[in-house]
Amino acid sequence: MEGQTNHTEYTDSETGKLGMWIFLFTELFLFGGLFLVYAVFRAKYSADFHTGAAELDAFIGTLNTVFLLVSSMTIAMSLTAIQKNNKNLALILITVTIFLAALFMMNKYFEWSHKFHYKLYPGSEVLKNLPQGELLFFGLYYMMTGLHAIHVLIGMILLAVNLFKIKNGRVSSSHFLFLENSALYWHLVDLIWIFIFPLLYLIT
Amino acid sequence: MKQDEVHISSYLSLGTVLTVLLLLTAVSVLITGWHLGPFTVAAALLIACVKAATVIIHFMHMKFESLFLKIMVSGVFLLFALVIVITFIDYLLR
Repeated sequence: MEGQTNHTEYTDSETGKLGMWIFLFTELFLFGGLFLVYAVFRAKYSADFHTGAAELDAFIGTLNTVFLLVSSMTIAMSLTAIQKNNKNLALILITVTIFLAALFMMNKYFEWSHKFHYKLYPGSEVLKNLPQGELLFFGLYYMMTGLHAIHVLIGMILLAVNLFKIKNGRVSSSHFLFLENSALYWHLVDLIWIFIFPLLYLIT
Repeated sequence: MKQDEVHISSYLSLGTVLTVLLLLTAVSVLITGWHLGPFTVAAALLIACVKAATVIIHFMHMKFESLFLKIMVSGVFLLFALVIVITFIDYLLR
């Protein structure tokens, strides 16, 4: 009987992680579709994509990459902390992760407001009068970074839930699947950005 | 029972992984600044793939997962790469 219980617990945690990975695969293909559309239009309108990409601030893009990479490390460290039963350190590291995510979103806000200031937003007259390729570039830019930003926000909410769960003991050194899966989600957000960053900001 | 078998990543190893990722980011920023033409795209994407693999293997603990999960994850990523590459080649050769 006891052996059975142990077996069930083990399977549960393994399948929980497996389920999360399957969900992450669907996310991967969601962004994959956008990457493909980007690749095809970039090949078709390379000159316009060059002009469009030159409008983006590579410095802000690099800074946001650093924020996400560091936050990926802090969330991985928080898992180590909870596994070592160091609740306080885990709470601090998750808070730091949320703070870095907020810095990322703040940068995104400034970046988008700057574009909006020059009337470069979907549906604006300025954008409509740009060459077809540039219109597509900015459409993809808003779609890809926007969808990614939504994922950052969802990640922040998930991490905040972890803070509460750790405080009331529902996430602990013996039950950390929720934090583990939230961390996997956060790493995916980082993974997607690893590709968005060179494609949109670096390659001009 | 199985809890003992869980691998706990050390803070030092996670810090080292971050350092590598930041260095790779710096390299990709420098390389794209050199304007190597079509090679820029290839180099930037290659570095992005290395960074992604580093995140999956170390931060996402794939190194210490079961063989089943390892095969499944690498299989899906391979499928993902094939879908993108084959569809793009199909477009280019039309």
